[in-house]
Amino acid sequence: MSHLLEVEKLEVKFALRSGDLIAINDVSFTLDQGERMGIVGESGAGKSVTGFAIINLISKPGLISGGRIIFNGREISSLPDSEMRKIRGNRISMIFQDPMMTLNPVFTIGTQMLETLYAHRDISRRDAEKIVLEKLRKVHIPSPEKRLSQYPHEFSGGMRQRIIIATSLLTNPAIIIADEPTTALDVTIQAEIMDLLQELCDSEKMGLILITHDLGVVSQVTEKMAVMYAGKIIESGKTSQIVSRPVHPYTMGLIKSLPGVLKPGEKLYQIPGMMPNLTEIPPGCAFNPRCEIKEDICSREEPPLVQKESGVLAACHLKN
Amino acid sequence: MFAFIVRRITQALFVMLIISMIGFAIKNKIGDPVRDLVGERVTPAEREQLRDKLGLNDPFFTQYSRFLKNALQGDLGHSFFYKKPALSVIVAKAPATIELVLGAAFIIILVSLPLGVYTALRPRSFFSRMVMGFSTLGVSIPVFLTAIMLIYIFGVQLNWLPSYGRGETVDIFGNGWWQSGFLTRDGLLHLILPCFALASIMLPLFIRLIRSEMMEVLETEYIKYAWAKGLNPMRIWLVHAFKNTLLPVVTVFGVQIGIMFAFTILTETVFQWQGMGYMFLEAVERSDISLLIAYLIVVGSVFVIVNTVVDIIYGFINPTVRIAGRT
Repeated sequence: MSHLLEVEKLEVKFALRSGDLIAINDVSFTLDQGERMGIVGESGAGKSVTGFAIINLISKPGLISGGRIIFNGREISSLPDSEMRKIRGNRISMIFQDPMMTLNPVFTIGTQMLETLYAHRDISRRDAEKIVLEKLRKVHIPSPEKRLSQYPHEFSGGMRQRIIIATSLLTNPAIIIADEPTTALDVTIQAEIMDLLQELCDSEKMGLILITHDLGVVSQVTEKMAVMYAGKIIESGKTSQIVSRPVHPYTMGLIKSLPGVLKPGEKLYQIPGMMPNLTEIPPGCAFNPRCEIKEDICSREEPPLVQKESGVLAACHLKN
Repeated sequence: MFAFIVRRITQALFVMLIISMIGFAIKNKIGDPVRDLVGERVTPAEREQLRDKLGLNDPFFTQYSRFLKNALQGDLGHSFFYKKPALSVIVAKAPATIELVLGAAFIIILVSLPLGVYTALRPRSFFSRMVMGFSTLGVSIPVFLTAIMLIYIFGVQLNWLPSYGRGETVDIFGNGWWQSGFLTRDGLLHLILPCFALASIMLPLFIRLIRSEMMEVLETEYIKYAWAKGLNPMRIWLVHAFKNTLLPVVTVFGVQIGIMFAFTILTETVFQWQGMGYMFLEAVERSDISLLIAYLIVVGSVFVIVNTVVDIIYGFINPTVRIAGRT
C-alpha cells in the first residue's frame, strides 16, 4: 500500500552570496493516514525547514534542490505555485509556533477563518460561517458566535492557538504540520493544546507531523519519530522504541538531558558542545566532535542510515 | 472609541494653547502697534500714554489672556497693510492654498501607493531600481528648483501647461469666497504644475516609506501564515499586507499634510499662486506682524486639526488603538 505522504531524499538548499548552503540533506520519511509523527532536533537542525518544504513554502533564497515529495500518489515538490496553493491550507495545513504572531492583528478572526474557506471552497457565507463555528466548537472555544467579530489581541495565547488549530481544520485536511505549536505557550496550556491536537487527529483521521524540540511531548503524542541533526535524519523509527532504547548517541544524550528522574538541585545532563553551523559541518559523522563514544572511523566516514537490531534506523558506525 | 476621541481633542486643544502663546510672545516682543498707529511727530510721552491706554504696559499674562479671548472670538489682530482683520485676509486666501495642497496630496496618494507596493513586492526588478533611483534624486532636489524646472520644461519649452496663476475659477458658494480651480478645464490645467512641484518633496519620501513598511510586513509570521493557508497572492499582498502597511503611513501622511501647508510658501511664490503662502511672503516683506502671527496660528491649527483627524482615523483602522481608548 502506498503512503499518504512520502518524502524521498529531500534536499533543501539556500543559495547565499557566499555559496550554497545545504540546510536539509537526504531526508526521507513516510506518513500514513491518521499517523502521528514527530520530528525532533535542536534549533537549526532543519526540522522547521522540512515542514515548510512539504508545503513548498521555504522563504527565499531557499529552495528544494533535490528529492521528491509524494502526496496522495502525486509529486508535489515541483508543482507550480497555483497548483500548490490548492493543497496548502486545504489538504495539508500548518500550525505555526507563535500564536501571538500568526494571526493578522488588523482583521477579525471571523475574516481570517472565512477567507481560508473561500480560498478553497465555492461556498456561501452562511455555509462557511456554519463550518467556522463548528470547528471553533471543536477546539472548545466558548460561545464562538460572539468571538467571530473579535480581533486577535482580544484573545489569550492559548485561545489564539486554538483558533489557529480550528482554522487548519476548516478544510478537513489529510495532514497537519505543527511547527512547535506549544513552544510559545505556558506549560499548562501546552498540555491542553497537545491533548486537543491528539484528540482531533484521532477523531478526524488526520495525519500529524509534530515538529518540536520537546522529546516529552513527542513520546506522548506520536507513534513514530525522526531525530534530526545538522540537516539530516540520524535516527528514526517507532517512538516507543527510540525513547526506551535509543541507538544514536545524540538521541541518547537528548533523552538523558530530560528533567525526569532528577532530584531538586541536581544538575541536568547536557550534551557537550553545540550543533555545528551548517557551513562548518565536520567530516565524517556530523556529531563526532560531541560524541562521548566516538572511534577513529567516526571522523573519517559518514555513517549511513541503516536498520539496527532494535528495528529502528540510525546513522551511527557503532554496533549497539 | 468615544473616550479616545475626547482625549485626542483635549490634547489638540492643549497644543493650540501653546501655539497661541508662542504667537503672542512673538507679537509682544517684535511688533510695536503704537508705531503702526501713529506718525513721526508724536512725542515719546504721548506714545507712552497711548501704550497705557492700549494696555501694552500690562503684565504679559494679562495681555496674553486678552489676546486669547480675542482669538477665541475670531479676532487675530488687524493687518495694517490690508486694513482688514488678519483672519479675514487669511480666510480669503485659504481656498487657493487648500486646493493646491489637496491636489498635491491626491497626486502623492495616487502615485506613491502603487509604486511603493510594487517596489516592495519586486525589489530587484529594473523598474523598482529606477523608481528608487529617481526617488533618491527627488528627495535631494529642493522644491523651488523642481518648480522652476517644471515651468521651464512644460511651460516654456513644450508650452503644454500654464505656469502661473490659477486660471479660470468657479465661485462655489456664490459669495465670491471660494474660487475653485477644480471645476474648469483651465483651472485644472493651472493646478497640474504647482501640485506636482509641491508633491515632489513628499512623493519620494512616501514611496520609500510605503516600500520599507510593506517589505517589513511581508516578512512577518502572519503573512507567512496567510501563504500557508493557501490564499491568493493578491489577497495576501493587497489585503493582508497592505492594511498593516497603511497604519504607520497614515500617521506620517497626517504630519506631512500639515508640513505641506508650510511648503506652499515656496511653491506659491514660484507659481504666483494667490494663496496663503504667497500672502505670507508678502506680509514678511511689509513687516505686517499681525498678519504673520495670524498666519502662524491658522497654519498651526490646520496642522493640529489634520493630525487629530488622522489619529482618529488611525484609531478606526487599528483595532488595538481602539481598545486603548476604551480603558
